[in-house]
Parts: sequence; structure tokens; C-alpha cells
Amino acid sequence: MSKLVVDGVGRTFPGVHGGAPTLALTPVSLTVADNDFIAILGPSGCGKSTLLRIVAGLDRPTAGRVLLDGAEVKAPGADRGMVFQSYTLFPWLTVEENVRFGLREKGLPAAEQASIARHWIRKVGLEGFERHHPKMLSGGMQQRTAIARALANAPKILLLDEPFGALDHQTRGLMQELLLAIWESEKTTVLFVTHDIEEAIFMASRVVVMSARPGRIKADVPVPIAHPRHYTVKTTPAFSSLKARLTEEIRAEALKVEGAALPGD
Amino acid sequence: MNPLVPVSRARKVALGIAFFVLFVAAWSVATLGGFVSKTFLADPLTMLAEGWALFAKHGFAFDVGMTVWRVLGGFVLAALLGVPLGIAMGAFKPVEAFFEPFVSFARYLPASAFIPLLILWAGIGEAQKLLVIFIGVFFQIVLMVAVTVGSTRRDLVEAAYTLGAGPRGIVRRVLLPSAAPQIAETLRLVLGWAWTYVIVAELIGASSGIGHMITDSQALLNTGQIIFGIIMIGLIGLVSDFGFKWANQRMFPWSLA
Repeated sequence: MSKLVVDGVGRTFPGVHGGAPTLALTPVSLTVADNDFIAILGPSGCGKSTLLRIVAGLDRPTAGRVLLDGAEVKAPGADRGMVFQSYTLFPWLTVEENVRFGLREKGLPAAEQASIARHWIRKVGLEGFERHHPKMLSGGMQQRTAIARALANAPKILLLDEPFGALDHQTRGLMQELLLAIWESEKTTVLFVTHDIEEAIFMASRVVVMSARPGRIKADVPVPIAHPRHYTVKTTPAFSSLKARLTEEIRAEALKVEGAALPGD
Repeated sequence: MNPLVPVSRARKVALGIAFFVLFVAAWSVATLGGFVSKTFLADPLTMLAEGWALFAKHGFAFDVGMTVWRVLGGFVLAALLGVPLGIAMGAFKPVEAFFEPFVSFARYLPASAFIPLLILWAGIGEAQKLLVIFIGVFFQIVLMVAVTVGSTRRDLVEAAYTLGAGPRGIVRRVLLPSAAPQIAETLRLVLGWAWTYVIVAELIGASSGIGHMITDSQALLNTGQIIFGIIMIGLIGLVSDFGFKWANQRMFPWSLA
């Protein structure tokens, strides 16, 4: 069944100082099945983050609506966990207190909060760092804590907005494996926004390609690679041919953004 | 010297002390060397002797105590009312729209200009002294706290929303802890201003306090006592500043770079 239905969702930002309004997202429709891992792939400025923020309830669409389990999304809530590109751990709280934030907000008993937090801290491999403050952690560890914090709330869907965008290449690879392993064992529904083609193919079971601004859905490509996936799938022919295809799609969009043909084209 | 290169701790302390030594040396040369008349500026030794006499014979400890009490009284009163109002203004835009124009206006009213009016209303007792300090610092606290709370990182607020926090949770569990170190820093700064206002309040219509002693000494042309009084204020300010800094570092270790 469809977990999430994006029904003709569009977003226009009002003009600044009497200027023309900006169309950030032409109405898009998308359905996400339960336990599916969808990557939304697009060049920067294509409105993919705007779409994710609308699903999260942090932004309101100017057209259409978002349904989660049949109920319309009107505001942010604990049923949609989110991991941001920027480091958004609360700096005054320890790793454990960060993971417990949503549980405390729900009013769970302290013992239950502690056991759930322990479970997720172990899942993301941060045992021994429970009492550390975010500033003592590397970028990768901060994002792992942010994933644990979002998942501890047992959301119906996990939204990730280029969560590994600020990390170096090696750390990013490890984080992808970690998130994929968590998804393979937990089977939560995931919507993952990225501009990294390899990242999208490696993790997602379906890649939705968005066009340059104003954003719309250009292609919806299933990834026919079986789970569990080992990082070595990145060098298989199936992976490479898919990567070649998506690279073409994205390159065309990136060129539109830059507004110029490159030498040799 | 290269820009922004840090100095070692020992060198930093030595340089800091060196300035005081130079300062006192220049003062000694000017006064003891006979370049400046004793009527206008007492020499350091006379100043120390006068200071000793103030404490030993004139009960200066009581004046110092009164001044400290007034500063703390006015400051605590202003903080108790100003911090919550500032938080409410920073967090809720309609509250800000309601108070902000008036507070911005009131902030520019010099507290010292209110002294004649306050004497008329509250007499020359303690209430008047506390009111001068209150007017001097209350509006500053309100505005600075409101700006601090209002500039809380939006992504932290959004993260809290996606974790299920409501308006109450956002204020109590995000805005307050996020703003707390900067609010404490604001209070440290404002306490310094409170010292300025207390002396002004004591120069007019007071029968005790450091400011009152300074006015009395002026009538007697005793520059040694005046300078001693000023240095006392500086020393107390320095101690309270260190205390505040120390407490802030202990309370908010996470906010240090």
C-alpha cells in the first residue's frame, strides 16, 4: 500500500520587493510504498529540499497536498523523523540526551527512554559516547546521532535532506553503508534527498530524478539490485549502467542551470 | 607581531600587569616629581594613606556595603522582570511587536535625567537609588535578551519540531537553553552599567555610598579620597566580572569554542 502520497504538490515563493514570484516546485505527484527506500535526485536548486520540507510539514505547499497513511500533513510532527544537512544536534545536550529528546517530549517514562536510547546508540555504533557533547564529535558521528535521534521516535517515515553532504568522501561511504544496514534490518520507509548519483543508486530501491528549477519529476527509475547490498555492488555492471543513465539525465539538468554548453559539446 | 597569533598564558599575565606598573609609575612621576599640583591630583602614597583613613576612621566599609547593595538590588530587580519579558518578546512575534517600539524608545532615555523626577516621586531614600539603576538597565536587558532568543538557530527549532515538540517544548527545551549562555553574558555586561548609574544616583541626594563619599571629598579638595573611591569601584567591578565569567564557564561548558 502507499505510505506516503504526494498529490500535485507545488510551491511558489512570493516575489521580493514587488518582484515576480518564484516557482520553486511545479506540482509534482509521487507515491511511496510502505518500507520503501526512495532517493530524490536532482541538481542543486531543483526544489528537492523544498519538497522534503513540505512532507516534513516545515513548509506549506501553495498547491496540492501530502497524505501520510491517508491523513493530510499540515504541520511538523513526530511521525516524520528528519535528518538535516546541517548539524542540528542540540549542543547543550549529550548524545544520549539528544537521542531522548523526542521520547521525553512524548512523555515516556525515564526507564523506557533510556532503553530505547541505548538501543539506537548501539545501532549507530556510538556506545561509549553517550555522555559526549556534540562539539566533541566528528561530523560523521554527529549525523549518526541525528539518525538515532530521528529513529528513536519510531517515525512512520524517515526524511533525510542530504545528510552526508558535508562529510568527506570516505566517511560518506561508511555512513551510506550504516544507513542501508539499518534500513535493511528495520524496514522503515525512507525518503532520501541527494545530488550524489552513486549515493542514490547504492541505497535506494527507486530513484526519482528531478529537473532543474522549476523542479518537476523527470524520471522514476527502479534500482534492480537485490538487498542486502554490499559496498562492492558499486563496481558491478548493473550499477555502472544505471549510473551512466542517471548521469546523463542529471547532466542535462545541470547544464540548464548553468545556462551554457561546455566546450566540446 | 603577527595578527591573531595567541600569546602564552605567562606572557599574557605579565603584559597585563606591565600596563598597571607603567600607569602607576607615570602617575608617581607626575605627582611626586612635582609636575602636577597636589590640589588637583594626589600622589599614589597619599591616596593609599587616605584610603586607609577612610576605612579606619570614617566607616567607609559601610558606604561600600550600601553601594554594593544598591547595585545588586536594582540589577536583580531589573533582571527578574527584564529577562522573562525579553524571552517572551524573542519567542513570540506579536509580543515583540507590542513592546519593541516602546522599549527601543525608552532605552535611549538617560537614567540620570530621571533623577530629579525620581527624587520628587520617591524621595532621596533607597527606592530612588534602586529606580535609577532599574531604569538604566531594565530596557537594555529586555532588548538584548529578546535579540538573543530571537536569533536562535532556526535549524535547531525545526529539528525540535520534527521530533514532536510543541510551542511549549520549543520555548523551554530549545530557545531557553540555546539562549542561556548569551543571556548570562548580557547580564555580566549590564552589571557593569549598573555600577555607572549607582554612582550618578549617589552623587545627588545621598547620605551614604561610594558616590556620596566622592562628593564629600570634592568639597574638601581631597583628591586622594576621590581616587581611592574610584579605584574601589574598579576593583569591585573586576571581582564581580571574574565571578560572573567563572560561573558562566561552569554553567555552560558546551557553549565554549
